[in-house]
Amino acid sequence: MTFRRGIPGLTGLLLATSLLTSCQSRPRADLVICNGAEPQTLDPALVSGQLEGRICSALYEGLTRRDARGKSVPAAAEKWEISPDGKIYTFHLRPDLRWSNGEPVTSHDYRFSWLRALQPSTASPYAEILFGIQNAEAFHQGKLPADSVGLETPDLQTLRVRLTHPLPYFPSLTSFTTYLPVHQATVEKYGDRWTQPNSWVGNGPYRLLDWKINDRVSLEKNPSYHSPKRAQLQRIDALAVTRASTAFNLYSTGQADLLLDKGLVPSLMLPQLRGRSDFHPGPLLATYFYRFNVTRPPFQDVRVRRAFALAIDKESIIEKITRGNEPVAQALTPRGIADYNPPEGLPYDPTTAQGLLKLAGFPQGKGFPRVSLLYNKSELNEQIAVEIQAQWKQVLGVEVELRNQEWATYLRSLDELDFDIARSSWVGDYDDPNTFLDCFVTGRGNNRTGWSDPTYDSLLNRALAEPNAARRLKLLAEAETILVTQAFPIIPLYHFVGCLMFDPNRWAGLYPNLLDEHPFSEISPR
Amino acid sequence: MISFLLRRLLSSIPVALLVIVVCFLLVRLAPGSPFSSERALDPATQQMLESKYGLSGSLPEQSLRYLGNVLRGDLGDSLKFRGRTVLEIISQSLPRSLLLGSIAFLLALGLGVPLGAWAAARNGKTADKWLNGFALLTLSIPTFVLAPVAVLGFSFALPLLPPAGWGTPLQLVLPSICLALPFVGVCARLTRSGLLETIGADFIRTGRAKGVSEKTLILLHALRPAVLPLVAYAGPLAASILTGSLVIEEVFAIPGIGQFFVSGVMNRDVFLVSGVVLIYCLLLLFFNLIADWLTAILDPRIRLQS
Repeated sequence: MTFRRGIPGLTGLLLATSLLTSCQSRPRADLVICNGAEPQTLDPALVSGQLEGRICSALYEGLTRRDARGKSVPAAAEKWEISPDGKIYTFHLRPDLRWSNGEPVTSHDYRFSWLRALQPSTASPYAEILFGIQNAEAFHQGKLPADSVGLETPDLQTLRVRLTHPLPYFPSLTSFTTYLPVHQATVEKYGDRWTQPNSWVGNGPYRLLDWKINDRVSLEKNPSYHSPKRAQLQRIDALAVTRASTAFNLYSTGQADLLLDKGLVPSLMLPQLRGRSDFHPGPLLATYFYRFNVTRPPFQDVRVRRAFALAIDKESIIEKITRGNEPVAQALTPRGIADYNPPEGLPYDPTTAQGLLKLAGFPQGKGFPRVSLLYNKSELNEQIAVEIQAQWKQVLGVEVELRNQEWATYLRSLDELDFDIARSSWVGDYDDPNTFLDCFVTGRGNNRTGWSDPTYDSLLNRALAEPNAARRLKLLAEAETILVTQAFPIIPLYHFVGCLMFDPNRWAGLYPNLLDEHPFSEISPR
Repeated sequence: MISFLLRRLLSSIPVALLVIVVCFLLVRLAPGSPFSSERALDPATQQMLESKYGLSGSLPEQSLRYLGNVLRGDLGDSLKFRGRTVLEIISQSLPRSLLLGSIAFLLALGLGVPLGAWAAARNGKTADKWLNGFALLTLSIPTFVLAPVAVLGFSFALPLLPPAGWGTPLQLVLPSICLALPFVGVCARLTRSGLLETIGADFIRTGRAKGVSEKTLILLHALRPAVLPLVAYAGPLAASILTGSLVIEEVFAIPGIGQFFVSGVMNRDVFLVSGVVLIYCLLLLFFNLIADWLTAILDPRIRLQS
């Protein structure tokens, strides 16, 4: 009896203890951001997502960094020289660089970090972004030793990088997450667990204060950072919130100050939000497109692919479904990259489409084999697929079956070319058309269409070797013309638009930009 | 009694191990790789990762390796959250789900049982009908409707409570009520029907004839055997409510363990899924054991046997 009486008391005690330990009230951070899902890692060599990249750009500093408008500016490197052939970059580091533990940051740290990202055992998902460096690819494949990679450190403040080709965008590439430095002794001491708050060391304007799974990553001003004024907030909390309505509720009730992702703004509310002063939309360097499997009939025939591409009324998809004023995509590369004019692409042309299908042997779709359109499960993908299915039926008279798969299965189908048509999207990693066009070079892992065109490959190779920037962009535009007006392994549909939500009377240093870069160090209270 | 508990606990171990091996195999057999992403991974890196995490070799080999690790207390590393062990993820997330779940569990029983008893005492009267209606309503409104409506009501229309988040006791109020409410209805109905059945029994009639007051009759004599079905239901309920709910955790941004059941499968994060399933399985076995034990205490006719 005594024991049974004790049960409620014990339960009460347990509950009270859990309440105290689990609900430790913390003072609100100076800036609370809804950042999207739980970060998968904060190790720059392993990061592949944007939401992790955002936090990393506050925790680590590359040779260059992005400013509030997404422009690349000097950071750890105060200046650099480029050899006349454009293939050797000599970066000079600032003399006052310090890790968060007080140790100096040297050129060796950058060399170590880049080699680490390339090392096969690191299994970096973005190792290929370093392949512009001489012998980097061969080292990654285990064919050459680390010493052969084109990275030299003549002194502690100088890093010399030899490239395989002149890459005019290389300085801006060094702000990319994979190029961020890590502290060698910490990585070697703690292994996979070095990014935990008690072991972490970094060199960014903020340092890692706390990281609670599925809850938040807390950052605080890094006192060892060379320009303390750049970090204007004492503490920043990046919340892990995946549901748009939850993020929006937190924002609306003042528990969060900033929504950093279009996915965190409920799409049904977009029309109402459009007129509000705290709603900040802007185009992104990202494209939603469909890809054909060109290894299978009937899409082996370019006339069929072209007919399918011409039969889509892209405007109507934006008006009826996405509703975010997204720009129609006629080319794969979005507009806005400096000095690059993507090809015009082809307009909606049902008559030509019907003619082409007839030429291919399927007048009014008669005798057309049953094909399927693959997409990963999401409401938006489904709505777009249903709309396009109806358009193809109406214009071409063909039946297209919809095939819905969950994410991991869908990715496997893409990799194994187990589809006829598949929805896809691509987000540019850096502001150069190469970030899009390189995907479709023969044999690339991201090609996923089976398409191969020697002219396209050679144009891209020539562009790589071309030291003159204008001529290089012209070659890339020629290649893209093949992609979107002649060969059609893909149909670009629309370019994404990003939405930021913040009160412009309270926060400065946030601007919608093509790369969707919003460094925490640029954000300050008004 | 002690030998019964020990025997049951020992017989639970093979069940738990079988459950995680089946779970491991099911996730491994599902198409797709835990390491794939929209950006293609080169095959060498893929292979490297598979061997690093013990996912190379045939499926039986992998399962045996995993089982061996589990027996040594190593639940493996998460494949998606790099550098985190499954044990670490569970130890951070489970206490939050346990806290929220305990409050919801106590609410479900604390409200459901008295409401059921009250309705039974007023069998067929207006109060009973209202209560039945309420129970049906709480049962039939899905959580994904209830939770947003609660937020709309108590965070926006009446700005009394925070709409989401974790860290203060106030942030627990809405999620625990939303988690508990559907079960309040079930508990009330189970108590009511159990009581109605017992009230008609001979020993109650005898008690009444001997002049025992109605209140004592229901609370002291009838309630004890009447809650037996409820106790049987409360075992699995405790296990499921304590391991969190995907919808509640998502809507209220609760960093609990519930979402890993779904996201783990989606990501093919096989060790994480198997780990959370193991926790669920252990809680289920434990609470069923408690339920059996309580049943024997409540009803002396039932003997504990394994």
